[in-house]
Amino acid sequence: MATAGNGSRLKQTASALPWLSPALALIVAIVLFPAGVMVYTSTRDLSLSGVDRGGVGLDNYRQVFENDGVPRVLLNTAIWVSGVVLVTVLISLALAQFLNKEFPGRRTIRLAILIPWAASVVMTTTVFYYMLEPNVGILNKFLVQIHVLDETFGFTKQPTSALAVAMVVGVFVSVPFTTYTILAGLQTIPTEILEAADVDGVSPWQRYTRIVLPQLRGALAVAVIINIINVFNSLPILRVITGDLPGIEADTTTSLTFKLLTLYREPALAQALSVFNFGLVLVIIVVYMAVTRPLRED
Amino acid sequence: MATQVPLAPAPPVPTSAGRPHRIAAPRRRWGLTAVGAVIAFLFLIPYVVMLLGSFKTKKEILSIEPTYLPTDWQPRNYVTMWDTPETPLPLNLISTIAISAAATVLVLLVAVPAAYYTSRRRFPGRLAFLFLVLITQMLQPTVLAVGLVRQFLAIGIHDTWLAMILVNAAFNLSFAVWILHSFFATIPVELEEAAMLDGLSHLQVLRKITLPLVWPGIVTATIFTVVACWNEFAASLVILTTDANQPLSVALTKFVGQYATSWHYVFGISVVSIVPVAILFALIERRLVGGLTAGSVK
Repeated sequence: MATAGNGSRLKQTASALPWLSPALALIVAIVLFPAGVMVYTSTRDLSLSGVDRGGVGLDNYRQVFENDGVPRVLLNTAIWVSGVVLVTVLISLALAQFLNKEFPGRRTIRLAILIPWAASVVMTTTVFYYMLEPNVGILNKFLVQIHVLDETFGFTKQPTSALAVAMVVGVFVSVPFTTYTILAGLQTIPTEILEAADVDGVSPWQRYTRIVLPQLRGALAVAVIINIINVFNSLPILRVITGDLPGIEADTTTSLTFKLLTLYREPALAQALSVFNFGLVLVIIVVYMAVTRPLRED
Repeated sequence: MATQVPLAPAPPVPTSAGRPHRIAAPRRRWGLTAVGAVIAFLFLIPYVVMLLGSFKTKKEILSIEPTYLPTDWQPRNYVTMWDTPETPLPLNLISTIAISAAATVLVLLVAVPAAYYTSRRRFPGRLAFLFLVLITQMLQPTVLAVGLVRQFLAIGIHDTWLAMILVNAAFNLSFAVWILHSFFATIPVELEEAAMLDGLSHLQVLRKITLPLVWPGIVTATIFTVVACWNEFAASLVILTTDANQPLSVALTKFVGQYATSWHYVFGISVVSIVPVAILFALIERRLVGGLTAGSVK
């Protein structure tokens, strides 16, 4: 009986293959295989043109992490990800709450907020870079005109303030998606529950913290994890804003990977750092799976 | 309920117009509209600056006395930007369109059968497949770019449209599978069974009965994929090394130099690139509330 069962199970899987194999082939060829290649070659001595000059064990990793600038890069990465995601979520919670109210023109305002989501991040970031340029930037001039600044300031010309500017841009481009995800969560809350709370004379703040927020748990978990991954992987913002600064003081592990690859011409070190980044993303995914159990309905 | 007392049906009183008297409509909340307008403006600032800047002369936009509005409107920028020494812009636009279109077609060809079968049949390996799709949703080309470059160099398609078509298709596959999966799940199986009793084959049923019903899902998946491919930056940056092959997102960075950046062209290109995708995104605005998380928070 077991054999018959296995036989028919195999048959079932086999008949699914024609439908699934194109997707499987694409995922294996473009996601899984390169991941494997990356892990393998991170232990090889690669020339600039990509010629493999033999195995070096973990030397590439050692070389990356022995660099004096790397502790700062790791710290930057932690600040960059946690800061952008935290501020994004707080702003989005407020914004979603606001956009969930009914008022004339709400749809137009929602559409305006959609634009930073649709627009290319490189292009959005480039405008911010221009606006804050010390000589020609409009925002810099505006800040002087309203007496916030005495004279224009080179926000993007030194590592700490450049990283801060990059974080503001990171929040700006992450808020739309996050707001929409939280809005979706808000719409699943039954109005009866909220009305019942009103009858019971609960204050608006209590209503929010005790009823609305717990109901938003699912939407928030998705928003937080997807944001963590997006922000961690984000290259364009840092490349545009801090990319021209000398050194690696304003880099995250992601932007440093691309600097190693395109600027410093160290493909072997870039591979090692990429594998480190990949490992981090996998850890985040595992946490995500554990928290939201996305496939539980099956 | 307290709030319903004033809304209790009053006896209809004939008004001068002869219509039954109505309870006053709920207070129009124009105060909220005003707040909303301010928020919308904040999100639109970079794009307004972009649009205005695209009409300035190079001299004006590089002036150390920056202007808010162009003093000398230059619509000709939108003509001259196509012919500059920095980058072959017409070819960049063609690359962007070709890569986005081909990748989207590939995504649909691969995702429709997979989403259909997994929503219709239970078979051993189904969960493993959906799990794999979910993991690719979490991965981005950024973290695998180094591995992808190695792989494409090895098989000889480095620096080709084909490479970027495959990359964009693979990394956008998961969203399409999830959204289509949730749409297919809403179509009653009985409908398909009835059609099969009428003698249609499985594929015919899919083509003639089911696909037309999930059309909104296909539109959503298509638009989302097009926009994501259109804006892709990190992988294109390292995989497409020839100027003519690069998409607009990468070509744009050629104009940004250490000294005399052609900001007016940067912004003109950005406007041309952002307007179409912003319109597409606006078309699926309603689906974006929840659509993105359909697979993960159901």
